Amino acid sequence: MAETLGILGAGKLGTVLGQLAVAAGYNVLIAGSGSKEKIELTVETLVPQAVPTTAAVACQQADTIILALPLGKYLTLSPSALAGKTVIDAMNYWWEVDGPRPDLTDPHRSSSELVAAFLKKSHVVKAFNHIGYHDLFDEPRPHGQAGRKAVAIAGDEQKYVEKAAELVERFGFDPVYAGPLAAGIRMEPGSAVFGANVAADELKKLLADFEKTKRGKEVFLARKKAERN
Amino acid sequence: MIDPQKIVFGLDSFGDIPTDDANKLMTQAQAIRQVVTEAKVADELGIDVIALGEHHRSEYAISSPETVLAGIATQTKQITLASGVTVLSSDDPVRVYERFATLDALSNGRAEVVLGRGSFTESFPLFGYDLSDYDLLFEEKINLFSRLLEEGTITWSGKTRAALDGIEVFPKTEKGHLATRVAVGGSPESVVRAARYGFPITLAIIGGSPKRFTSYVKLYQKAAQKFGTQTAPIAFHSHGVIADSDEEAMTLAWEHIRKSMVRIGNERGWVPMSRTQFEQEVKQGSIYAGSPETVAQKLAAAIRQLGAGRFELAYGAGELAATKRLRTIELYATKVIPRVREILAEE
Ligand SMILES: NC(=O)c1ccc[n+]([C@@H]2O[C@H](COP(=O)([O-])OP(=O)(O)OC[C@H]3O[C@@H](n4cnc5c(N)ncnc54)[C@H](OP(=O)(O)O)[C@@H]3O)[C@@H](O)[C@H]2O)c1
Repeated sequence: MAETLGILGAGKLGTVLGQLAVAAGYNVLIAGSGSKEKIELTVETLVPQAVPTTAAVACQQADTIILALPLGKYLTLSPSALAGKTVIDAMNYWWEVDGPRPDLTDPHRSSSELVAAFLKKSHVVKAFNHIGYHDLFDEPRPHGQAGRKAVAIAGDEQKYVEKAAELVERFGFDPVYAGPLAAGIRMEPGSAVFGANVAADELKKLLADFEKTKRGKEVFLARKKAERN
Repeated sequence: MIDPQKIVFGLDSFGDIPTDDANKLMTQAQAIRQVVTEAKVADELGIDVIALGEHHRSEYAISSPETVLAGIATQTKQITLASGVTVLSSDDPVRVYERFATLDALSNGRAEVVLGRGSFTESFPLFGYDLSDYDLLFEEKINLFSRLLEEGTITWSGKTRAALDGIEVFPKTEKGHLATRVAVGGSPESVVRAARYGFPITLAIIGGSPKRFTSYVKLYQKAAQKFGTQTAPIAFHSHGVIADSDEEAMTLAWEHIRKSMVRIGNERGWVPMSRTQFEQEVKQGSIYAGSPETVAQKLAAAIRQLGAGRFELAYGAGELAATKRLRTIELYATKVIPRVREILAEE
């Protein structure tokens, strides 16, 4: 039987990831912040084979959940409903949407570490955050095809990183391991990876170059200072 | 498909600051006058729409589109005078109605309001609104605005502005209805909302293939069916520059369109667009840069794919020289538009 995948967020990213998941053969459940009725038409039209539902039902029925909601709203997630699940965090801080939120741009912690600290009993892996939804729509390619693009993954537990890698692979992209969840900061806004729609080799290079970016230097200095204190 | 002769073609500007003949950046005031000049040329050349967007940032001169449009109104004859967009969330719907109804009077019925959430949110702190009310503000204000469009006596209450109790708002328009559209950037919820109110939509397609939006067009139609509202052919907006040769247009687009996108992207922590990405955008994506024939082919394909009834070219991104902007407008009007109609009629 096909594996069931839940997507929280029925916006730009959630619907495109839904399309990729359906194409990859998953049973897909999509939820917004509210009722099923509110997103029914959207899901029916944009992701015809997926099932619109509520976040509660999606969490209940799927073992793997993708977070495709505004990062500023992560505290509205239910840690108990997500307990024991593989949680793929695709969220970014976006000031236009989230407003000023120093907690979400803290140089000492990646935003995915914050999410993981909140979802204590979930297995959080960061993926799909750095590539634009239109690139996700335009660029999936079969394994091994020339020009295939890559998606970076950060996570602490190998088993769940592998699960995320399988998802990336089946969605039509090459998975690239970026390191533990703390390394997720190398994929955040301000990093050289953020917005990158490139092949695996190039993506690895960009991940390694983090320290050379403005954000990378900022993070490095802040952490150094914290060490000294 | 829509009759190719009936497709509406427009120009969009945010009031970017161009360089003058001496290669010097214009002042913001000059940039505003430049837009008026361009609109006059567009009107004379038969372009259907000029749409001006509201911004509150140093690189764009236009913060009050309807004031610039009022200036254009008195110097033009046929061109539709639209905003693109009016950031309704941080404005007062009553004032928006009043200003555009006034513009409609000045222009003999050529005003059009294009409502949107805007791709920037700097108007929120500027006018004292809280970004966390983003959804509520737009939802309530679009509701009030749709009521104002009825031009009758209005009773309304909400959380985001003072209640109206049996109030009438003036001036009334001669047609009895101010033309209104909603611009959407890719959020499915916005498409559904526009359909709920029966507003025509303009899709802002600033990156990636237009194909992605075909399902949004379907969503719009399905939603309208569900709500029993009317639909109109969709419009879309994209950036471009037209020059006598592909090479020149590519150089200008790289230098100016890309640069302005990179600058905006920087603020959001986005990596700069690479040469490969840029070329991909021009070839398969949504930057319309090239000679008239190249742009016409690309545009005709996108119009056909989306079943669109209207296209608006954002023609002057970045610090593109005023002369190049004018050249784009001339080539668009005299070569590209007729050629697009011809290509569409051929099939
Ligand atoms: N757009 C991209 O290209 C892109 C690419 C990579 C990553 N991302 C990240 O993906 C996330 C979503 O971005 P987007 O562009 O798709 O935004 P969007 O179009 O505004 O969609 C956000 C969706 O999240 C839903 N939502 C809010 N709170 C929720 C909750 N507690 N449970 C379930 N759903 C909830 C919203 O539903 P309601 O309308 O009911 O509130 C809406 O459907 C952001 O964190 C963004 O940084 C975006």
